[in-house]
Amino acid sequence: MLKIKANNFNLYYNDFHVLKNINIDIEEKKITAIIGPSGCGKSSFLKSINRINDIVEYMRVNGEIIISGQNIYDKRVDVNSVRKNVGMVFQRPNLFPISIYENISFGLKINKIANNKSTIMAIVEESLSSVMLLHDVKDKLYKSALLLTLEQQQRLCIARVLAINPQIILFDEPCSSLDNVATKKIEELIMKLREKYTVVLVTHNMQQAARISNDTAVMICGRIIEFASTEQIFTCPSKKETESYVTGRFMI
Amino acid sequence: MYYFGKNMRKILYIIIESIIFFCGILSIIFVILIFGFLFKESFVFLKNYNIVKFLFGRFWYPTLETALFGILPFICGSVLVSVGACIIAVPIGIMTALFISEVASKNIRNILKSLIELMAAIPSIVIGFIGMATIVPIVKNVFSIPTGLTAFTGSLMLAFMAIPTIVTISEDAIHSVPWQYREGALALGATKWQMMKIVILKIAMPGIMGAIMLGIGRVVGETMAVIMITGNAAHIPTSIFDPVRTLTATIATEMGETVKGGIHYKSLFAIGFVLFIITFIVNFIADIFLKKNKNL
Ligand SMILES: Nc1ncnc2c1ncn2[C@@H]1O[C@H](COP(=O)(O)OP(=O)(O)O)[C@@H](O)[C@H]1O
Ligand SMILES: [Mg+2]
Repeated sequence: MLKIKANNFNLYYNDFHVLKNINIDIEEKKITAIIGPSGCGKSSFLKSINRINDIVEYMRVNGEIIISGQNIYDKRVDVNSVRKNVGMVFQRPNLFPISIYENISFGLKINKIANNKSTIMAIVEESLSSVMLLHDVKDKLYKSALLLTLEQQQRLCIARVLAINPQIILFDEPCSSLDNVATKKIEELIMKLREKYTVVLVTHNMQQAARISNDTAVMICGRIIEFASTEQIFTCPSKKETESYVTGRFMI
Repeated sequence: MYYFGKNMRKILYIIIESIIFFCGILSIIFVILIFGFLFKESFVFLKNYNIVKFLFGRFWYPTLETALFGILPFICGSVLVSVGACIIAVPIGIMTALFISEVASKNIRNILKSLIELMAAIPSIVIGFIGMATIVPIVKNVFSIPTGLTAFTGSLMLAFMAIPTIVTISEDAIHSVPWQYREGALALGATKWQMMKIVILKIAMPGIMGAIMLGIGRVVGETMAVIMITGNAAHIPTSIFDPVRTLTATIATEMGETVKGGIHYKSLFAIGFVLFIITFIVNFIADIFLKKNKNL
């Protein structure tokens, strides 16, 4: 099933044309990787899918991004509900300097998902256990979240997103601040999320895309030059640029 | 020639270094001297007058035969005026700081910031003077009380003086909350207001507390404006619409009438000492909060 569709989507920072006529159909409950050299606009595209890019004052877009049949750039759309529905995990863990518990309950409170203590606690525990963190932190729920290791922090960032029950989760190079072991573990977690969520994963690590994604889009200079199943992109790409990029011969 | 130049430079270096060192030492010496002087004079006074009677005495009759030096009315006056000023200035100051750093567009932000700086630059005598001409009659009429020279009027004017301090320093604290927290909060579906209330204020709180403390410090030490608009009545106030007299106002108005070296003269130093302790504590607390903010 189709989940996210970009239609002639363009994005500008002031006069700087970053995304050029993006057209892409992202399938439900799959992991779609977006790979490409750094600075090509991957993050900008990802941040357009939950409209977090709106906070950049001088950013402009045209075209459509359609999620579950609704153009999220339509004037009548409530941007907060878009963001609730489209969770995002950033490059560096961005937990608030408050307790582990509060980091999760924040999203529950603002989205009016739960108000009473026991429901909140149940959701906190459930989301922590879906990221396999509950065991490590159950004795220090009320301690500062910043005391956790980077890997644990990134897991908590994911838990915080899962708690508000989105349909789509965007990952912007989620492992770039982690070591190899931690990267492997986070990758396993992301693969598990595919059962319930539509995942879009931006990475500049091609092996990562090859390992865990179903489909892969190759973005170069603000354009998606090829979009196909991951297997095809890495074994018999139809475009020459794709081939040179995935084999490491592409230089900008 | 070459060696000569090198030596000259070395000497110049030593001279400049010692001048800087001397200036640094000088300011420390000044502080110590001021403190020592204040301490010495108050110590002499307190040897002659019981400290409990001084701090908690209800009557201030310094010129009677058996003079009474109770400063409780002034402590009450200072506390009442300062607390009143804070109740007015703190919410306005924090809201303004939030508005400036989170809501206002670039142009409005710049305009507001320069206005606030201008506000901070108004001499306190001018504020007192304007307060006397405008706020005092308004307070008198609105609340239909016999005089507009009250603790409340003082609080209003002092709030006006504390607001720039509170705004400037809170705005710094709010502005220095890292970008990633805002992005994180909004990405979870928070509205801008929820983000400000739950995330930004919480993270910036130590800095904001420091700002409030510095604002209080400014208010407690203020003299000119309070002399002009609080009514200068040396009695314990029963409501915010009573005229009051503050610690600072007592020193300023009476210093000229005392005999140098006399007990009245020395009692004023003792008041100064009390004031010094209060502002020292307030600034100390402010410092703790502001340091905490830096360690974030
Ligand atoms: N907020 C911004 N303001 C101006 N330019 C930006 C902003 N964010 C990104 N850019 C520019 O847009 C281009 C694409 O950036 P980005 O989307 O972060 O690329 P990627 O994630 O692929 O590295 C880069 O040239 C970057 O400098
Ligand atoms: Mg990026």
